Amino acid sequence: MSASSNTSSGNSQDHGSAHGGHGSFRSYMIGFGLSVVLTIIPFWLTMTDVLDSRLLAVAIVFILGAGQMIVHIYFFLHMNSRAEEGWLAMSLSFTVLLVVIVLSGSIWVMFHLDENMMPSHDQIERVKSLP
Amino acid sequence: MSTETAMGQPEFYVRQSAHDDEGEHHHETGTMLGFWIYLMSDCLIFGTLFATYAVLGRNFAAGPSPADLFELDMILLSTFMLLFSSITYGFSVLRMDKGDLKGTQIWLVVTGLFGLAFLGLEIHEFSHLWHIGATPMASAFLSSFYTLVGTHGLHVTVGCIWLVVLLVQLRIRGLTPENKRRMMCLSMFWHFLDLIWIGVFSFVYLAGVLV
Repeated sequence: MSASSNTSSGNSQDHGSAHGGHGSFRSYMIGFGLSVVLTIIPFWLTMTDVLDSRLLAVAIVFILGAGQMIVHIYFFLHMNSRAEEGWLAMSLSFTVLLVVIVLSGSIWVMFHLDENMMPSHDQIERVKSLP
Repeated sequence: MSTETAMGQPEFYVRQSAHDDEGEHHHETGTMLGFWIYLMSDCLIFGTLFATYAVLGRNFAAGPSPADLFELDMILLSTFMLLFSSITYGFSVLRMDKGDLKGTQIWLVVTGLFGLAFLGLEIHEFSHLWHIGATPMASAFLSSFYTLVGTHGLHVTVGCIWLVVLLVQLRIRGLTPENKRRMMCLSMFWHFLDLIWIGVFSFVYLAGVLV
């Protein structure tokens, strides 16, 4: 009996936190404002070509994109380390790990495959001139 | 007693109390976690499609390159359509928390209209590309491009269908606990699609035009 009363009080706590977890008008607007800024800057960088270094521009686009993803996860999906007793954070970090391995592994392996499969002109010439 | 000791510290298992009076909240919790794990599996699908695009995205087969094809002002417009739909869905959830059925429905309809606007822009873009000969058959770049962006568009389409179904359910049943749970699931799905779109416009469109 005492155990059931304990769980029911735990339930009401969960219920309260679940309602807090839907966010507020303020948090949605902060998330929206940040998203607008983080969307406009990369588009502006790309469309006006303000930066001389394209590589730097791509790096900024990726960093701002990752930043906006975090903004979305925090302000719109209401993710934090405590949500669902930490299970959301744990499954998210596992997924991110897998995606990073798949992405970086594919790019790495296929880059080297391309390098070795398609010899450039001067490479062919070098082989021809071998004794 | 074990629940009491476990209350204060983090638990590494999902608690179950099916026979409890308030078991419904736990049921809701389980649904949210399960739906989140579905989203994570969806995230892996998109991860592999992004990897495919990363590998094949520069193989033009003497065909058009991203700089020749993409109209960034249209992409900016569709990005904002999706962002607006995200914030209006948020407003709908806030109305739901207040118990305002009418407001929930109105904001859901607005969300659906923004979603349809996004889809319309994407269909317009695809048909334009198709007409100038940039079909998936033209090069490996375009094959991976259509697969990645098309899969995202398909998800948004399914989200729109779900939204219509949810509107019907809300109309018939009102703001019942089941419908609130469905609202929160679609909320996660919708915001997740916006999250994937950030990756698409950064990686495919902006970086594609820049590099």
